Amino acid sequence: MTGVGTQDSGDQPLLAASAISKRYGSLLANDAIDLVIRPGEIHALLGENGAGKSTLVKILYGLIAPDSGQIMWRGAPLVLSGPAEARHHGIAMVFQHFSLFDTLSVVENVALALPPEPLAALSERVYRVSRDYGLDLEPGREVWRLSVGERQRIEIVRCLMQNPKLLILDEPTSVLSPTETSGLFRTLEAIRGEGRSVLYISHKLEEVRVLCRSATVLRHGRKVASCDPSRESAASLARMMVGEDIHDVQVKPHRGDGAERLGVRQLNRASPDPHGTSLADVSFSVRAGEIVGIAGVAGNGQDELFSALSGEVSSLPEAVCIDGQAVGAKGIVARREYGAAFIPEERLGHGAAPGFTLSENVLVSQHGKQGFVRRGVLDRSALRDCLAAIRQRFDVRAGEADPPARALSGGNLQKFIVGRDIMGAPRLVIVAQPTWGVDAGAAAFLRQSLVDLAEQGAAVLVISQDLDELFELSDRIAVLSRGRLSPALPRGQQTRESIGLMMGEAMREVAHAPHA
Amino acid sequence: MRLTLERRTQAGIWASLASPTLAVVLTLVFGALLFSLIGIPPLAALTVYFLSPLADLWALEELTVKAAPLILIALGLAPCYLSNNWNIGAEGQLVMGAVAGSAVAIATHGQGHGSYIVWLMLAAGVLGGAAYGLIPAVLKARFGVSEILTSLMLVYVADLLLDYLVRGPWRDPKGFNFPTSVSFGFEARLPGLSETGRLHPGFFLMLLAVALLAFMLARTLKGFEIRLVGEAPRAARFGGFDDKRLTLFVFALSGALAGLAGIIEVAGPIGNLQPTISPGYGFTAIIVAFLGRLNPFGILIAGFFLALTFIGGENAQIALRLPLDVTRVFQGLLLFFVLACDTLILYRLRVTREGAPA
Repeated sequence: MTGVGTQDSGDQPLLAASAISKRYGSLLANDAIDLVIRPGEIHALLGENGAGKSTLVKILYGLIAPDSGQIMWRGAPLVLSGPAEARHHGIAMVFQHFSLFDTLSVVENVALALPPEPLAALSERVYRVSRDYGLDLEPGREVWRLSVGERQRIEIVRCLMQNPKLLILDEPTSVLSPTETSGLFRTLEAIRGEGRSVLYISHKLEEVRVLCRSATVLRHGRKVASCDPSRESAASLARMMVGEDIHDVQVKPHRGDGAERLGVRQLNRASPDPHGTSLADVSFSVRAGEIVGIAGVAGNGQDELFSALSGEVSSLPEAVCIDGQAVGAKGIVARREYGAAFIPEERLGHGAAPGFTLSENVLVSQHGKQGFVRRGVLDRSALRDCLAAIRQRFDVRAGEADPPARALSGGNLQKFIVGRDIMGAPRLVIVAQPTWGVDAGAAAFLRQSLVDLAEQGAAVLVISQDLDELFELSDRIAVLSRGRLSPALPRGQQTRESIGLMMGEAMREVAHAPHA
Repeated sequence: MRLTLERRTQAGIWASLASPTLAVVLTLVFGALLFSLIGIPPLAALTVYFLSPLADLWALEELTVKAAPLILIALGLAPCYLSNNWNIGAEGQLVMGAVAGSAVAIATHGQGHGSYIVWLMLAAGVLGGAAYGLIPAVLKARFGVSEILTSLMLVYVADLLLDYLVRGPWRDPKGFNFPTSVSFGFEARLPGLSETGRLHPGFFLMLLAVALLAFMLARTLKGFEIRLVGEAPRAARFGGFDDKRLTLFVFALSGALAGLAGIIEVAGPIGNLQPTISPGYGFTAIIVAFLGRLNPFGILIAGFFLALTFIGGENAQIALRLPLDVTRVFQGLLLFFVLACDTLILYRLRVTREGAPA
């Protein structure tokens, strides 16, 4: 099917990329990277954000052309003109962001990627393939009814139906619950058992240690190591990725007996978006000095909860109380005046305006504070001073003194945003996905900042999909699923499994719910 | 094969100057091509269009008369467009400003009251324009109606109302049945500032407005809010800025400046109400706003350039017997090239090949 005309043999690599380089302006995204993938292996591509993983796989999938370097595919040189040619040679890829049409059914979405064929016959094949690989899917369901995990299964099935020799998965577990993750691993083992290869991109070290027997580690655009992850420890892998030891977050047991800072009582909100999640009777409280974590898979009401707590969306006055004051009907500026700080999940476009400079971005959430605006006129030098203080205290690295927000890397931008909103020593901090897409060093720093805040007596609420993070930080953990919140139980009374179960049970309920 | 637009990583200051300059050059080149296609020597035509209006004092004065309303209106449109509020009904707001201001002149006969009458007219013009501008804004903020449609359609409502007034209730009884109002008395007129009487105080009001708008956009929290809502609406909500109230504000401001331009035209150069009081200033100002990069000082320069096409068009009618529509063609070409150059300078056009031979 490849037309390349060479035979597979046991020791010939399936794919051997050598000295791949790609430059974007002043940034050398890939610097002479070598990568060898053998038939029938699950190969991990490890690296922090910005290490060059995405650039490399986009080159392998034909999305971008390398500046130099060569790819050998089953023993013959391969030059890709685009993804279609990559697919033609048997290279398939599942992206982090799915390309599915919400209003079409599973089988219709699959059909779009394949040569024309009657839908009934295709449904049959989709069903067979999904059963064979343990990818439970109903061909006739519309995509918008499905969970994120099920959507990912469509993407994988779609790839498998093209009979690939190499399947590339970009951070596939970042959106999955623990139960779904182990399901995905079983599928990948089945794929490997057929002699197909998988290139598995991740920065979750434990997963890679369980799943992969070979790995390539990238750092700052260079290949720094090849190894067998099952023979490494998570700490040694992390050292390879980061190049230094990562400091553990110093957590002291918090005192959870402070005064109630945030009280949420029977918060209900119907989502205006037909595909959104409505909040139903959400009640919890956060006391001074403690960190409460809210776990859950994305799309279970996290965005809705955050905007109801921040005041971007209003609710009944008593539904949200800060320091005993009913603020449900008040806006975000008033809530900040009560001593609350908010850090949203989306950094560019929500927490910061991409095209505005950092000093202007200070103003986005701080214009209500004294000293920045006098009689409606901006004090730009005060803003620049504030920025300098944030940059120093939170180690925000950037080329210029006052660059636009979009010029910063994810980790540095997040340090800026967190710094901006907690500089004023808030008494209540509500943060969503504090370390999403942030490199390990910055993540540890950010988590430590939150812990320090709690120790100084602030109440901290962390909404996160990252269970490791929640177990590291939280005194109490609750699970948000389908817009309902479980009781927040002390960390010691919970395990990853018990929480995963709460997340997973909700998923099964969804899957079997009667069609609305 | 597929065409995609990628944002360029570095688009510095030069880009914000290169784009309008390139657009003007391209407009001239294509204008010349157009002239030669209809059998007119292109160089001579361009001279008539763009150089003759600069040749004598009278023409220069006329240039200020035409530029003032264009710049005033465009100054109001800039905050609208910066904050993603697409007001394209400035022409109607201009007319309503003129009508509201003229009501004062007609009610007082423009004499025997004192020189405050003209100030009262200007205030009424500002209020009339602002009120008319608020209609699409309220419809958008309250009911989510597209302001593009409503603001545009309200232009025709305003035009027809003006037409009805000058043919009906406000027709000059001694005007031989011509559809005009009475000529305003001297207390209801902006005084001429030169011997020919064409240069009027509206020009200085316009300069004042340029300075005020530039200060507002660059130095005040309101200006910051306007830019933030346009750049990142979600971040603006996160900041606690109310985008609905801002919609009302920018439409009111834009309507006020268009209304001011309207009453200045009537109380200044025209002197009474007529069925047509603007050669499309409200629409041409959209081009001025974009050519000026939504920046008050840029708008000041762009306004003079577009004013040139109005006067050049009149000259061309006389000298070359070209229809006035050629002016519209020029202005359309210019807007087209400004938008195209903006896009191509800020973005890179990339050809992605999809579908290699199977």
